[in-house]
Amino acid sequence: MVMVLITLLLLDFSGTLHHYLGWLSEIQLIPALLSLNLVIVAALVILTLVFGRIYCSVICPLGIMQDLFSWVAGKRKKNRFTYSPERRVLRLILLGAFIGALAAGIHLVVALLAPYSSYGRIVTNLFQPLYIWGNNVLAKIAEHYESYAFYSVDVWMKSIITFVVASLTFIILGVLAWRNGRTYCNTICPVGTVLGYLAKFSLLKVNIDENRCTSCGLCARNCKASCIDSKNHKVDYSRCVTCGNCISRCNTGALKYGISRKKSEDKASPTTEPDTVRRAVMIGGAIAVADAALAQVNKKVDGGLAKIKDKVAPERKTPLTPPGSKSARNMANLCTACQLCVAQCPNGVLRPSNNPSTLMQPVMSYERGYCRPECNRCSQICPTDAIRRIKHSEKSSIQIGHAVWIKKNCLPVVFGTSCGNCARHCPSGAIQMVPLDETDDNSPFVPAVNTEKCIGCGACEYVCPSRPFSAIYVEGHEQHKTI
Amino acid sequence: MTEDTHNDISRRAFLKSLGAGVAAATVPLVAGCDQTESEASTEPAVGKMTYRKNPKTGEMVSLLGYGMMRLPTKDSNASAREDGDAEIDQDMVNRQVDYAIEHGVNYFDTSPAYCKGRSEHCTGIALSRHKREEFFIATKLSNFSPDTWSHEAGVEMFQNSLRELQVDYIDYMLLHGIGMGDDGMATYRSRYVDNGILDYLLEQREKGTIRNLGFSYHGDIAVFDYLLSKHDQYHWDFVQIELNYLDWQHAKEINERNTNAEYLYGELVKRNIPAVIMEPLLGGRLSNLPDPLVKRLKSRDNEHSVASWAFRYAGTFPNVLTVLSGMTFMEHLKDNLCTYCPLVPLSDEEMHFLEGIATDLVSYDTIPCNDCKYCMPCPYGIDIPAIFVHFNKCLSEGNVSQNYGSDEYRRQRRAFLVGYDRSVPRLRQADHCIGCGHCEPHCPQRIRIPQELFRISQYVEDIKQHKH
Repeated sequence: MVMVLITLLLLDFSGTLHHYLGWLSEIQLIPALLSLNLVIVAALVILTLVFGRIYCSVICPLGIMQDLFSWVAGKRKKNRFTYSPERRVLRLILLGAFIGALAAGIHLVVALLAPYSSYGRIVTNLFQPLYIWGNNVLAKIAEHYESYAFYSVDVWMKSIITFVVASLTFIILGVLAWRNGRTYCNTICPVGTVLGYLAKFSLLKVNIDENRCTSCGLCARNCKASCIDSKNHKVDYSRCVTCGNCISRCNTGALKYGISRKKSEDKASPTTEPDTVRRAVMIGGAIAVADAALAQVNKKVDGGLAKIKDKVAPERKTPLTPPGSKSARNMANLCTACQLCVAQCPNGVLRPSNNPSTLMQPVMSYERGYCRPECNRCSQICPTDAIRRIKHSEKSSIQIGHAVWIKKNCLPVVFGTSCGNCARHCPSGAIQMVPLDETDDNSPFVPAVNTEKCIGCGACEYVCPSRPFSAIYVEGHEQHKTI
Repeated sequence: MTEDTHNDISRRAFLKSLGAGVAAATVPLVAGCDQTESEASTEPAVGKMTYRKNPKTGEMVSLLGYGMMRLPTKDSNASAREDGDAEIDQDMVNRQVDYAIEHGVNYFDTSPAYCKGRSEHCTGIALSRHKREEFFIATKLSNFSPDTWSHEAGVEMFQNSLRELQVDYIDYMLLHGIGMGDDGMATYRSRYVDNGILDYLLEQREKGTIRNLGFSYHGDIAVFDYLLSKHDQYHWDFVQIELNYLDWQHAKEINERNTNAEYLYGELVKRNIPAVIMEPLLGGRLSNLPDPLVKRLKSRDNEHSVASWAFRYAGTFPNVLTVLSGMTFMEHLKDNLCTYCPLVPLSDEEMHFLEGIATDLVSYDTIPCNDCKYCMPCPYGIDIPAIFVHFNKCLSEGNVSQNYGSDEYRRQRRAFLVGYDRSVPRLRQADHCIGCGHCEPHCPQRIRIPQELFRISQYVEDIKQHKH
């Protein structure tokens, strides 16, 4: 359920779902940690201390995605898992690397290891295009019936590197899950490791009743986390994701989900039906989740359309980050590269960065549109504080960069035509047209940028008729300012 | 056994009742065409076309003339005018031309500029399948581009028309779009006088390669008046003007740079020069009227099309030789044939009624673009006519509003913006117009194109920023 909703949130491009589903990305552990959302972090810690690693079964979309693979594989071959000992050293090294990278601001390691980010990249890079194409078919049908219910949206390659990373993650996770279930969760995932060691102390656990157990091993062969050592009647709680599969498979009723055996072994606990137990687990989880949720040609014939060259992004010395991100450093430190903002940007402005130091984090560019004044969607949906919430009124005074004029590309300079399209579309009135040569009465007029008033929205760059390189472009600011 | 019989009877009875239903449903559809004909036919009558006499040659010209400017295309529901890259559907052109000739149409109007320069070729193919005496060809010397202003280029353009049309003489030859250009008079001189092309055409008329010589007029009235003042010297055989119930008295009101059709027609009558009518339907704007006006026309006569009023209007003027219609689809052709086979002239009272419609239409403040695409291609890739057509469509559907805050506004905003992106790709929308003004001299309606585009761009910006 959670996975379906999060997937919808990531697929959606219309900006309607985040009002209802935005909280789902905020209850993810790493985004909550990064945005210092202590209420959610505390809730997740308590959840784990009570129920075990239920987060990994119910809240984490990447975990559920792996279960899907595993489930399909299980249809083909039953009882296919085996117990394997914990790879503790590797787990701790990876966790250490993750924490170290987080502290040192090596965001790439963070982005690659964080499960929610991986899932975001997979959905937005691999599935959103399919979703949009489906939508575009509906839009065509709607157009046929003169309905405005659907509108079509461009699908374009925003970053090849990110696409490749997403594809590789998807394939590797798919293969691992297909063969061995939750290998990633139990060895690589830093969230899994942290929650796993918390879960060792959880109140409710899967317990094996040694008196009833026949050591048949059926539970271990159905444990996707490979954490049941049936010979020794032991469960590795740091890896158990409390999925309940073992309970329902046990023929002798030796497995129970309940209060830790040490306290309860003497009590004659009534045997509950495995399914009910599992349902209770799920409901408990659901309640916990709910709690956490707060060019000119000579014209000879009529008609025809001139070819329009695609614009090429200029090399910006300082990359542009969206209003609300405060500074390049804030963005680099807090963004987990989950791609939610990139997937949602309605103006084709945000795309994943290809720069090694900010790889896959969002950057802006204005070839397909500009950062429109009425839009603050990325700031509304960012689950971490990488893009802080801003109001429309605030946005118009946040300076994220400034426009730079490039004389050699400017049409009035090159052809002598009058233009002024940049000045006409500047929403902050920062561009005035001035004569190129003050002493010449017939001088063409060229744009002059008042950098004090310019907010860097890119309207000028987008509407500039010079192609493929605009004659006016926006240079980013490392630190955003309020003007 | 009995049950079987019973079934048979009921099935027969059912079919019978079904047949009666179909017949009943067919009657009103049929009645829309020609009520005097038999009820079984949805086709226009053969042999009933109204003809007008050319006073010079005495030949009889069909009141409906076929405009070859909006030819049908393959795999596209748009005409070759709307979709410039689509391949013209020659089979369909042939079929429609055959059908038109069969029903008495004998005047075919083309130009070297139409359909991105492919119209003459296609017209030539379609007409070459008929006897030369069955049709009259009208074409034009469309030397709009300054690099075709030389004598040689003009002669070559005329000779090429003969080749493309597969004929050795032209029945009706026109100087194309007199009065257009930044300076109408200077453009006229450069195109036809200084290079001796007008003399060349007069010569061809002497030799019989051109049977009738005239001009089509748009724009600067000084050029029209000047050419008529030279009538004694040039003996214009016909003149092509824009005439319809909107332009009769409102052309100047809509755009102060234009001239009312009443004046143009009057000047031709004074000199007994036959008028060929273009834009009788204003590029379809007079058939696609705002809903309240459609209702008024339909309340008066529910059995004829909205377009038929405009065609009857143009045909009612006795000095009109033929009325041109760019009929893309068979349905257009049939509907127009129904109107002119034969023409039922409008009564004075009906003329007055249409004047009332025209007055109301002016108040809608639409941009007077007929989607003729003379302005295209825009060097910066703007799809000018598509933008105007979308804006006009939204105006007449009541989707242009700045009544922020109402529920109605949200619906109108969505219809406008979603429809805008559908009709015009983003990079070809009004916000990319830089105001270079290349388009403006080409507009036969003399629309101040960049200003209108800026206005639309501003409107789009306003509603984009006001989500509610």
